[in-house]
Amino acid sequence: MIDFSIIAETWPQFLKGLQVTLLLLVIACASGFVLSVPLAVARVSPRRWLSGPVWLFTYVLRGTPLLVQMFMVYHGLAQFEAFRESFAWVAFKNPWFCAWLVFTLNTTAYTTEIFAGALRATPSGELEAARSLGMTEGAIYRRILLPGALRRALPQYGNEVVLMMHATAIASTVTLVEVTRVARDIYYNHLSATESFGVAALIYFVLTFSLAGLFKLIERRYLRHLRPTAAGVA
Amino acid sequence: MSAPVPNQPDSRSGTAPVALAARGIRKRFGAVEVLKGLTIEAKTGDVISMIGASGSGKSTFLRCLNLLERPTAGEIDFAGETLRLVPGRDGDLEAADASQLRRLRSGVAMVFQQFNLWAHMTALENVIEAPIQVQGLARAEAISRAEHYLERVGVAHRKDAYPAFLSGGEQQRVAIARALAMEPKVMLFDEPTSALDPELVGEVLRVMRGLAEEGRTMIVVTHEMSFARDVSNRAVFLHQGLIEEDGQPADVFRHPKSPRLAAFLQNTRR
Repeated sequence: MIDFSIIAETWPQFLKGLQVTLLLLVIACASGFVLSVPLAVARVSPRRWLSGPVWLFTYVLRGTPLLVQMFMVYHGLAQFEAFRESFAWVAFKNPWFCAWLVFTLNTTAYTTEIFAGALRATPSGELEAARSLGMTEGAIYRRILLPGALRRALPQYGNEVVLMMHATAIASTVTLVEVTRVARDIYYNHLSATESFGVAALIYFVLTFSLAGLFKLIERRYLRHLRPTAAGVA
Repeated sequence: MSAPVPNQPDSRSGTAPVALAARGIRKRFGAVEVLKGLTIEAKTGDVISMIGASGSGKSTFLRCLNLLERPTAGEIDFAGETLRLVPGRDGDLEAADASQLRRLRSGVAMVFQQFNLWAHMTALENVIEAPIQVQGLARAEAISRAEHYLERVGVAHRKDAYPAFLSGGEQQRVAIARALAMEPKVMLFDEPTSALDPELVGEVLRVMRGLAEEGRTMIVVTHEMSFARDVSNRAVFLHQGLIEEDGQPADVFRHPKSPRLAAFLQNTRR
């Protein structure tokens, strides 16, 4: 049976945890978005010295588990005494900073690839039309390439944000008290999985559907230039 | 629609200034030379039709005129100015001065076979974009100019529609309005009706005929023989990368000198 008295007693903790989860999600996605746009432009550049390093970055970040990246930054760097005595330690001893950094780099890697793919999918005719009218390369990126590509990337990007939301659970391993950490603490106090992890799962579930709904709205706004396909396909 | 107007000799006489000239244009793709030294001079008011079989190099040549395709050799003059060209890394020529090339391009607007409208912009936004970005027009001024040209090509009522919601003929007319909004000295048309359903070809040709009658300078790559014959004042026949015949449409179509042009005209007659 579900013991509702535990839920009644612990819901304020979950509410605080939810705030932390959302804050982590927002700061990681916001920084990730800002970094991904120029990196995606570099990624599709014909110049090797521009695209090469970005390729390496996304390859390495997408090739290792997020949990390992988190441990390497939070626990790994602390192993080096020189690092602990350096100026950077002020930031790196703070779990919030580490979580922000790791989540940002991780989502940046995935988002960069999503945006780069969307840039590559630009119909070449749209580019030729812009060139044929005498637009500068900068204007072509600003007005034609990026607005088109970001729109095209929206469905995939929405997916990435949902995945990132789930990934914030990793922050529980570096002392941040977000939803998963709250659930774990409650589980240890009451030894009842339903009222702890069950509630956490429900929160994540509701969050996922809210985000999906939010992106549906954004898509309706920004993808309205697409010809509506058969109903139900979306 | 009015009957085809015979080419007015006054506006299209030999004394009109040269608007766009290309001399000795060569283009090589790997081992294949698709353009073998073509020269064309478009005087102000000329409507030049370029005809020829697929693969004869018409479109490539047209795209060399605004450097969408980089020629391997040759010279391009626009409005009394020679475009400075230097060999690029792959050996083909590129503009030495990007801003000079942009100046040429903004004065030589192009209409494409596949329309190439920007999908995320409405018809109106497509038309105001380049005048604002390239010519520095104020938005309000660009809009009134765009509305004028959308009206001119007969799609003003569709100005808020996105390209995906327009028919092919409407898209191509918006594309023509987009080119017109630059108030170009020369317009290039790259097989503008070839991607259209047969019943939509007429509406685009009517617009082009109207533009020709206004005295606009046009170079048109086309498979529409009636347009070439009735509307243009010069017809150029390309064969295997060379200009095989160049003259007044009446002569070119009625008395082809080259047996290849005679055969081509025979085949295009249905």
